[in-house]
Amino acid sequence: MPLRLTILIAEDNPADRMLLSTIVSREGHRVLTAANGIEAVSLFRQERPQLVLMDALMPVMDGFEAARQIKALAGDELVPIIFLTSLAENEALARCLEAGGDDFVAKPYNRIILAAKIGAMDRLRRLQATVRQQRDLISRQHQQLLREQEVAKAIFDKVAHAGCLDAPNIRYRQSPLALFNGDLLLAAQTPTGRMFVLLGDFTGHGLPAAIGAMPLAETFYGMAAKGYSSSDLLREMNAKLKRILPVGVFCCATLLDLSFDKRTVDVWSGGLPDGYLLCANGTRVPLKSRHLPLGVLEPEAFVARFEPHTLAEGDRVLLLSDGVVESCNAQNELFGEARLLAVIDANREPLRLLEEIVEALLAFHGQAQDDLSLVEIDVDGQPGPMPIQASYVGAVQPSPLDWSGSLLLRGETLRDYNPLPALLHLLLQVVELRRHAGRVFAVLAELYANALEHGVLGLDSALKVDADGFARYYRLREQRLSALRDGWIEIDLRVEPEDHGGCLRIGVRDSGAGFDIARALAEQPATGKLSGRGLALVRELSDGCAADADGRGVSVEFRWRREA
Amino acid sequence: MSISSQPADDGRELIIHIQGRFDFSTHQAFRDAYQNVSVTPRRYVVDLKEATYLDSSALGMLLLLRDHAGGDDADIHLINCNADVRKILSISNFEQLFKID
Repeated sequence: MPLRLTILIAEDNPADRMLLSTIVSREGHRVLTAANGIEAVSLFRQERPQLVLMDALMPVMDGFEAARQIKALAGDELVPIIFLTSLAENEALARCLEAGGDDFVAKPYNRIILAAKIGAMDRLRRLQATVRQQRDLISRQHQQLLREQEVAKAIFDKVAHAGCLDAPNIRYRQSPLALFNGDLLLAAQTPTGRMFVLLGDFTGHGLPAAIGAMPLAETFYGMAAKGYSSSDLLREMNAKLKRILPVGVFCCATLLDLSFDKRTVDVWSGGLPDGYLLCANGTRVPLKSRHLPLGVLEPEAFVARFEPHTLAEGDRVLLLSDGVVESCNAQNELFGEARLLAVIDANREPLRLLEEIVEALLAFHGQAQDDLSLVEIDVDGQPGPMPIQASYVGAVQPSPLDWSGSLLLRGETLRDYNPLPALLHLLLQVVELRRHAGRVFAVLAELYANALEHGVLGLDSALKVDADGFARYYRLREQRLSALRDGWIEIDLRVEPEDHGGCLRIGVRDSGAGFDIARALAEQPATGKLSGRGLALVRELSDGCAADADGRGVSVEFRWRREA
Repeated sequence: MSISSQPADDGRELIIHIQGRFDFSTHQAFRDAYQNVSVTPRRYVVDLKEATYLDSSALGMLLLLRDHAGGDDADIHLINCNADVRKILSISNFEQLFKID
């Protein structure tokens, strides 16, 4: 037995109208009656009955027109219209359905048939109402999901705010909600003037893919700002993701460690499609994935081994997520590497490359992709000066202005401990030095690297004459470092107040054989040479620089004036 | 897509067959293929002969199987990989974790 419905009966013949009314009300429904089409439409407007019994032939306005108008008023709600007809020709019956009728009953009326048809139409009506309700619910929830993603993206953008993606030497394209496809693009300048760029792609989609991006970004920016090396950073990111992500979720990633003054890029890639070193001379060096993605291996098994590449003026590095090469179009064809390389080869204006790739993808798919990340870095556009890190601003402790300290690192400690972040943290206690953090750190890092590589490890920078020698140098460095047992590096720091400001002296000595630092300091580095920039940089960035007589140590000074 | 598994070698081995796309939609079926079995195999073989496609979610599912099979001690073979599948496995350097033949 269907629920009680309100049913409109439109019938011009009073006797038939009476008969129908009786049948329908006996079935337990509420009845409204109309004598012609116009009355029927106006009653429908006022009372919104759920079902209509409509005579086809009526004066003033016939049933066909009334049915059309009622269907239009009902919108996407299903109001079944059952035509009442003595018409027997097929054509007339078909007209009833064309006008929007859902069924018909023939005169004379049979109570049982009529009740059954009302019941059937009511089931249909309720089915349609359920579908409509569910459709609206899905649409509301989808809207809500999009809103939530926008909010989450805004929060994420705050976490990632310290990034230098807007540096003039970086170009990138990312679909607005790529984050929710697991894509992540981060870039930071380090205190030594290097630049780290990370393109990551978490497994899966939606919230689970996006959520791992937050701790990864915080680790990335935090460690880059504190002066950790790229391999320290990589190890920490892997360990953190391994710890927090469930098995089966991981992050394919490529990390670039760029040095602009040395013209090098160190590349680590695990799981992303090939990136490219696009050389100014037209050659294209693929940057291949050589490692498992981040978050797969236990920290003990993880190897942060970078591939070093030397760079020339005008070279660029291009990285892309798998949304580029592995995307399928409607015909299930893969965009693929060949199409990508064709676009790269056809490129004439370097600045337009990313746009051309995006256009090619659009032409291939016919619509924008939502999991697209592309980034391109120019290697000779020096990024601007290192911004002051927010975390160091606003401390209220008074500055320690008269102190000194000495740190002696021996043997195994030199093998895998990096003392620079701790030293930087200590030096930044001196508020006045914070403005000079970038150059102080660059100099300290340079002196430490020289002491370790040339002093303790006895490596000759003359090896770095060409790209092959460069690679040989780094292989040798790794070998000797892992075999290191003896040797030491001593770092002295001395901060003293002066009449109108203060002075920081840094001394770095090592256990090596010593070399002619004074001569090296006097020499101008030849342009295009891959070595010899280190000491020139030290001299340029510091306010005074001197070598110890035995060639085993260097001292530098930084002076500042108190701000009025 | 369909995933089925059958024990071999007196229950010491479990062969999992993947047909069609191997992606997130097969998540539950793939888990069932090694969790709802009566044997305790020492060796797993994932037959990818009829797999047309494999995405990063599938790589994640393979890691789940590896975890289930004992992590670093797991003995898992991925066999009959076509060129596309092999490429995706090698970009992620999965040959370090699985025996791919």
